[in-house]
Amino acid sequence: MNTHFKPTRRNILKGGGALVVSFSFAPQMANVALAQAAGSAKPLTLTEVDSFLAIDAKGMCTVYSGKVDLGTGTDTALRQMAAEELDLPLRRINLITGDTTLTPDQGTTWGSLTIQSGGIQIRQASAAARAALMEEAAKRLNVEKAELTVADGVISGGSKRVTYGELIGGRNFSIKLDPKQPVPTKDPKTFKVVGKSVPRVDIPGKATGTFTYMQDFRVPGMLHARVVRPPAMEAKLESVDEASIKGIRGAKVVRQGNFLAVVAANEWAAIKGAQQLKATWSKWAGLPEQSKLYEHVRATKVAKDEVTSNVGNTTEALGQGAKKLNATYDFAIHTHGSIGPSCAVAEFKDGKLTCWSASQATHNLRKQLAQMFAMPVDNIRCIYHEGAGCYGRNGHEDAAADAALLAKATGKPVRVQWSRADEHGWDPKGPPTLIDLRASLDGTGNVTAWESEFFIPQSAGGFNVPLVAATLAEMPYDRHIAPGNIIRNSDIPYKFANIKTVCHRLESTPFTPSWIRTPGRMQNTYANECFTDELAAAAGVDPIDFRLKYLDTADRRGIEVIERLVSLAKWDKRSSPKGGQSGDIVKGRGVSYVKYELVRTYVGVVAEVEVNRSTGAIKVPKFYIVHDCGQIINPDGLKNQLEGNIIQTVSRTLIEELKFDRSTVTSLDWASYPILTFPDVPEIIMDLIDRPTMPPWGAGEPSAAVVPSAISNAVFDATGVRLRSVPYTPEKVKAAMRGAA
Amino acid sequence: MATKSLNVNGKRVSITIDDPDMPLLYALRDNLALKGPRFGCGLAQCGACTVHVDGTAVRSCVMPLSSIKPGQKVVTLEGLGTPQKPHPVQRAFIEEQAVQCGYCINGMIMESAAFLAKNRKPTETQIKQALANNLCRCGTHARIVRAVKRASTA
Repeated sequence: MNTHFKPTRRNILKGGGALVVSFSFAPQMANVALAQAAGSAKPLTLTEVDSFLAIDAKGMCTVYSGKVDLGTGTDTALRQMAAEELDLPLRRINLITGDTTLTPDQGTTWGSLTIQSGGIQIRQASAAARAALMEEAAKRLNVEKAELTVADGVISGGSKRVTYGELIGGRNFSIKLDPKQPVPTKDPKTFKVVGKSVPRVDIPGKATGTFTYMQDFRVPGMLHARVVRPPAMEAKLESVDEASIKGIRGAKVVRQGNFLAVVAANEWAAIKGAQQLKATWSKWAGLPEQSKLYEHVRATKVAKDEVTSNVGNTTEALGQGAKKLNATYDFAIHTHGSIGPSCAVAEFKDGKLTCWSASQATHNLRKQLAQMFAMPVDNIRCIYHEGAGCYGRNGHEDAAADAALLAKATGKPVRVQWSRADEHGWDPKGPPTLIDLRASLDGTGNVTAWESEFFIPQSAGGFNVPLVAATLAEMPYDRHIAPGNIIRNSDIPYKFANIKTVCHRLESTPFTPSWIRTPGRMQNTYANECFTDELAAAAGVDPIDFRLKYLDTADRRGIEVIERLVSLAKWDKRSSPKGGQSGDIVKGRGVSYVKYELVRTYVGVVAEVEVNRSTGAIKVPKFYIVHDCGQIINPDGLKNQLEGNIIQTVSRTLIEELKFDRSTVTSLDWASYPILTFPDVPEIIMDLIDRPTMPPWGAGEPSAAVVPSAISNAVFDATGVRLRSVPYTPEKVKAAMRGAA
Repeated sequence: MATKSLNVNGKRVSITIDDPDMPLLYALRDNLALKGPRFGCGLAQCGACTVHVDGTAVRSCVMPLSSIKPGQKVVTLEGLGTPQKPHPVQRAFIEEQAVQCGYCINGMIMESAAFLAKNRKPTETQIKQALANNLCRCGTHARIVRAVKRASTA
C-alpha cells in the first residue's frame, strides 16, 4: 500500500462526497443523471481506496460493493466489516452495491465469496483509509499517533479533536491498495461490531412494505411488458395474429426473430395481451425422454476428461480387493424456483442503455448486453436492485435482456416482469448429474481403493450463460456452456491408499445449464458421502469412526467439527443399519461431512429421519449441524443462512425434480414443481465454531452440500436400503425396499 | 374505462381501470403504488400477494376487482403498520429476524395476522398448518414460526 495521503478536491458537480450523500438519500430517480455524471470521476479499480469508500463532510461513509445482497443479509455484514475497521458506528455507513458506474467489479456474487473475498477487499480499503486519517490527524493536531483515540468518527488526542469529515470530507483518499501487501487490520480482540448479531438493515422495510425490490422499481413513462416464449424450447415463430389482441387497449406486439412480447402502458393489459395473443410456432421435440434421462446422460459424448485426483494405482488395487462395492448415483434437474419471478427495467436514451436488474453480476451483464446490441460497454450502465432470493444464475439477466430489447424496439423505458411459467420454464437449470463409484476393502475392512466417475456438462467458453432474448431474436451471444465450478469436491477428504476421481465433461446437457446453490459440490458430496457410508456399512464400522479413521489427523479443524457433532447430536455409536425395528415407521440417523472444495469451510451434519415403510414417505424431523467458516461476521446472519441452506436442500432432496416432455418443461408452476412447506420443515440444532483470528470463509453454500447424503445415510440406517437417486420420492423408497426384500 | 372505488388502508380511493376483472393485486401495486403485496405466481399458489379483505387473508393475484363490494375494507402490509409503528406481527418478524430475501414475507405476515386474530394462542403445529399454503424458497420457515409464536405471546 502507498500510505502517502494526498487528499484531492473533487469537483462537486462532477462527483464529490456531497454528491454521494445526495445520491444515497434523495429519491432514486432524481439522482440517476447526477450519478451518471459522477461516474467518470469515481475510481473503480480494485487497487484504489476511493473505489470502495468515500467519506463526506458530515462524516458519513459510503461503501461501494460490487458484491450484492441476494437476500442473505450480506449488506449488513459488509457494513459491519467497514464500520469495524473505520471505527464508525453502523448508522454512519451507507452502502451502494452492484452499480457498474459506481461500484468496483469484485466478480459475480457467487461461490460463497461475498464475505471471504468481497468483504476482505472492503476491510482492506477501510483499514487503509483509517490509517491515513489517523496519520493526518496526528499532523493536524500535532499529537503522536499512538496517543490518538477514535470514537464515532472523531479522532481525539491531547485535549484536541478532529472529525473524519473535517479531514477528508468530499475529497479523494488517493491511496493505492496492493493485495500482495495487505494493510494491517484490527486485532479481533478489539472488535466491537464484527462478530455481533447486528440486526439486518433491510428487515424493517421488508416487514412493512417500504423496501423497494426490483419488482417495485418504476421509471416515468415506462411501458409494461410480458414475454411470450415458444411452446417448444427451440420452436421457430411462424406467424403472429396481431388482431387477436386488438380488444386490449394500448397493447402492442413486439416481434424480433423468435422473440415475442406484448407491451402496454398498463401492466394488466400486457398480461392479458400475452395470454390472448395467437401465434403459430414450428414443432420441435429435441429433448430426451425423461424416463431415460440418465441413459441419455451416459450416452452423451464426452468433450474431455478431468482427473481431479489420482493417488496410487486404483486398477491394480481394485483387482486385488477382498470385497468390492460399486454403485451409481443420480441427481435430478432443478430449477432455482425464486418466489418472485425475474424482473428488469431498461431504458435507451441518447444511444446509452441503462438497465436496472437483480443480476448477481451487473458488471458481466453489462458486457453481455454490449455484445448483444453491438454497442460499446461504456455506453451501458447496469444498476442492481435486490429481487426475490437468488441462489445462482437464474432468470434476472434474461429479463434484463428482454427489457433492453423491448426498450430499443419501442423507444421507451420498459419493465419486463416474467410470469411464474416463464420463470419455471426458462430460467437456466441445475444440470442432471450421474456418478459411478467403485471401491474395494481388504479382508480386515480397510479401504484399499476408491474410484469415481462424474458425468457432468463441460464448461465451454466461459461463464456467460446465453441470454434468452439474444438466442430467440438471433442477436450476437457467446455459445457458452456454463454450469459453474461443478468439478469441485469430486475429490475426497479421505486418505485411502489408492484414489482416482474423474469428471467426464459432457458436450451437452438437455437444458441450458447454470449454477444453483452449491453447484456440483452438492451433487459430488452427495455421491461421495453416501458411498463412504456404504463402505462403512460394508466394513461393519460406525460411520463416524470410519470417517475419522481416514481423515487427515493434522487437519484439526475438520476433526473438531466431527467431534463436536458427536456431542451435539448425542451420536448413537454403532454400525448401520440399526435393525430390529417393527411397525410401519422406522427411524434412523445419518452423518455427512464436507471440507468445502477441500480448502475451506468445514461442515458436519447429522440427519434424523422417519421412514414410513408402507407409504415410502420420508420425514426429517431434525438436523444437527456443526459449522466452521473461520471468523464469523454476524452470528445470527450466519444461522439464518445455514437454516436456509438446510431447509432448501431438504426440499431439493426429497421433492424436487424438473419434469419435461420431448418439447419443453412441464413443471411450470408450484403444483407441478412443489417445494417443502411448513409442516415438513426440520428442527435445526446448531453449533457454530467461531475463530475470530482466522480469515472469514464462505457460508452461503457449504452446508447445503451435506444434506442429500445425510438423509440417504439416515434412511439406510432406518431401513437397510440405500437411496441413490435424488429426489427420494415415496415411489423410489418403496421400489428400493421391494428390491431389498 | 371505468372508475372503481375502493377502501384501502382506511382511505377511500378511486382508480381508473379498463377491465373490471383485473385482479386486485395490480390495482394495489400499479394504480396505488403499494409495495407490500407482491406478485409471485398469479395462481394463488404461493401467497406472496396476500392482503386482508374485511379481516380475511385473501390472494389478491386472483381476486377480480369486480368481486370487491362497496364498503369492503382492503388492508395491505403498509396498512398493518409502519417501520416506526409496526403491527405486533411485524414487530415479531423484525425481532426474530424472520426474513431472508423477504419476498414471501408480506404473505407470511398478512396470513399470520389474520390467523392470530382468530386464534390467539396457537400451538406450533397450528401455526405450521395455518402457513402450509404459503411458500418460502429461502428456507426461513423456522424463524417465521418463531416470529408468529412470539407475536401470539406479545
